[in-house]
Amino acid sequence: MPEEYTLKELMVVRASKEIKDGEKVFIGTGLPMIAGMLAKYTHAPNCVIIFEAGTVDSKLLDLPASVGDPRCVYGASTCTGLFDIFSMLQDGKIDIGFLGGGQVDKYGNLNSTAIGEYRCPEVRFPGSGGACDMACLSKRVVIIMKHELRRFPAEVDYLTSPGWMDGPGGREKAGLVRGGPTTVITDLGVMKFDPSSKEMYLDSYYPGVSIEKIRENTGFDIDCSRAGETEKPHIEEIALLRNKIAPKGSLR
Amino acid sequence: MKGKEISITEAVKKFVNDGSTIAFGGFTQNRHPMSFIREMIRQGKKDLVVYGHSSGIDLDILVGAGAVKRAEIAYVGDEQFVTPSPNFGKAAEEGKLEIQDYSNYGATLRFLAGAMGLPFMPAKTMLGSDMLKSGSDKGKSEKKFHLMECPFTGEKVVLLPAAKPDLAIIHAQMVGEGGTVMIYGQKFADDIIAKAAKEVVVTAEEILPEEQIRQKPALTCLPFFEVDAIVKSPFGAHPTSCYGLYDYDPDHYKIYVKAIKSNSFDEYLERYVYVEHREYFERIGGVEKMERLRADPVLGYSPNLKR
Repeated sequence: MPEEYTLKELMVVRASKEIKDGEKVFIGTGLPMIAGMLAKYTHAPNCVIIFEAGTVDSKLLDLPASVGDPRCVYGASTCTGLFDIFSMLQDGKIDIGFLGGGQVDKYGNLNSTAIGEYRCPEVRFPGSGGACDMACLSKRVVIIMKHELRRFPAEVDYLTSPGWMDGPGGREKAGLVRGGPTTVITDLGVMKFDPSSKEMYLDSYYPGVSIEKIRENTGFDIDCSRAGETEKPHIEEIALLRNKIAPKGSLR
Repeated sequence: MKGKEISITEAVKKFVNDGSTIAFGGFTQNRHPMSFIREMIRQGKKDLVVYGHSSGIDLDILVGAGAVKRAEIAYVGDEQFVTPSPNFGKAAEEGKLEIQDYSNYGATLRFLAGAMGLPFMPAKTMLGSDMLKSGSDKGKSEKKFHLMECPFTGEKVVLLPAAKPDLAIIHAQMVGEGGTVMIYGQKFADDIIAKAAKEVVVTAEEILPEEQIRQKPALTCLPFFEVDAIVKSPFGAHPTSCYGLYDYDPDHYKIYVKAIKSNSFDEYLERYVYVEHREYFERIGGVEKMERLRADPVLGYSPNLKR
C-alpha cells in the first residue's frame, strides 16, 4: 500500500498554513514557492505572492523554477524589478518573508553565505540574494528547511539574514525597525520562538517522528516541553501537491 | 548594419578591456547576455571585476574560464539546478576569487546611486548581517559600507557605495537602431544597471527601426543616448530564459553542471563556447530545441517544457 504522505509533503502543507488569506507574502525560491502556491490554491486564495525579481500577485499556473522565472509574470498586477519590490518591503508593506537557508541557529539567524572561514570557506552557499532583505524588513519571517544537525548549529558560521540576533533587544540594537522570525518548519516538526527569551522551542512534531529524533538533529538544547503532535495533512492538499503544484515527485 | 549596430566580435573588442568593471543584466536563470559573455571568453578577456545582484551562469561561466578576478554580488545560483553555481562555488572554496557579498536590495541600491549620480545610498537593510562586519573592506581605499545615524531622525542607517561599472551589457527582446530599449517581463535591475554604467551595450533578439520602437514610448525603458552599441543576437540569452520568446533550457543546464562536476569544463568550453553562434545553435539542439523552448504568447513561457 502506498504511503499516505511524505514528511516533505507535510512540511510544505504545514508551511502553507502560515499564510493567512489576504496577506502579502514575499517568497523565496524552492520550498517556499510550493508552500505559497498551495496556500493560494487552498485556504488563502487572496494572498498576494510577491517575487523579488519584479512581480506582484501573479496567478501562478505553473511552479516557477526561479523567482525571476517567466512563470511569475502571468496574471500579475505589476511587473517591474528589484528596486520597486524591495522598496515596498523596506517601507513595511509586506507581511511575511518566506525563506530557506543553509543553517539556522537557536535565535533564527540564517546563513546562506558560507560554512567555515568566509574568505576561504569549506562550503560556499549562493549568498543572500533577497533573503537578508526579507529577514530585515518583513513584518514577520517564516523559515522552511531540512532538519539536520549540520543545518541547526548553536550559532551560524556566517550571519547572512538576521533572526533575533543574540536574543531580546538584538534587532533593535542593530537598527532593525520591525520583524523577526516566528516559525521554523522542517521535515520533522514545527519550531517557534519564546516571546521573552527569543530562543527556538519545539511547537509540534510530525506524526511518527520522535522528540528524540528532533533533539538528535538539533545542535543546541531545544525546549520540547510545549510540543504536541502536528495535524496530519488532508488528502486534498496532498493531491494538489502531487497532481498540480509539484507533480514531478520532488517532494517524495 | 544601421545606426548603433555592430557585430558581437567588434562589441567585445571595443568595449571590454582586461580589468574592466562590468555588470550584466538578467537574474539567475533569466535573460542574461550569454552570447556576449561567450564572445568575451573567446577573446580571452581577463581580470574582470563583475558587479551583480542575482547572478547565475553569466558570472559562473566566466569564473570557470578564469576571466574573473573579483565579484561583488548578492547571489550566484541556478535556482532550480544547482546552488551555488558550480564554478563560482569551487573558486570561492579554493579562495581563488575575491568576493564581496551584499543583499539583493543593497546591490540594487548601489546601482541606483550610480544611476542617480550620487556617491552612496542609505538603507535600512543588511543591518545586523555579517555582510556589514569586519574583514569586508573593498580595497585599499574603498569602503564596503558605512554605518551612521540619520541626521534627521537619529535612526541607524547603512550607506552603500555607488556602483558605476565601466560597462553594462543588457539582453533585451527589442532595441531600436538608435538605441531605445524595450524589455518585456521583469526588468530586474537592468534599466538601473545600464544607467549606472559608463558605457552600455545592448544585445537584442530583434533590432527595429527607431521610429517603430518609438510608437510605444511608454513601454521602453532606456532612452537611446544611454546605449552606446547594439548587437543583434537571436537566442542570445540561451540557456537562460527570455520572457515571451523562449524558456530556460533544462537540458543544457544539466550538461553544464555535469561538465563541471566531472571536471570536464574545458570540453564544455570547447564544444559550446569556442564556436560561432550559428554552430552553437546547432549544438544545443537546433530548431527542434528552440521549438520546445518557444514561449506561449499568452503565458510568456513554454507550458509543456520538460524540466
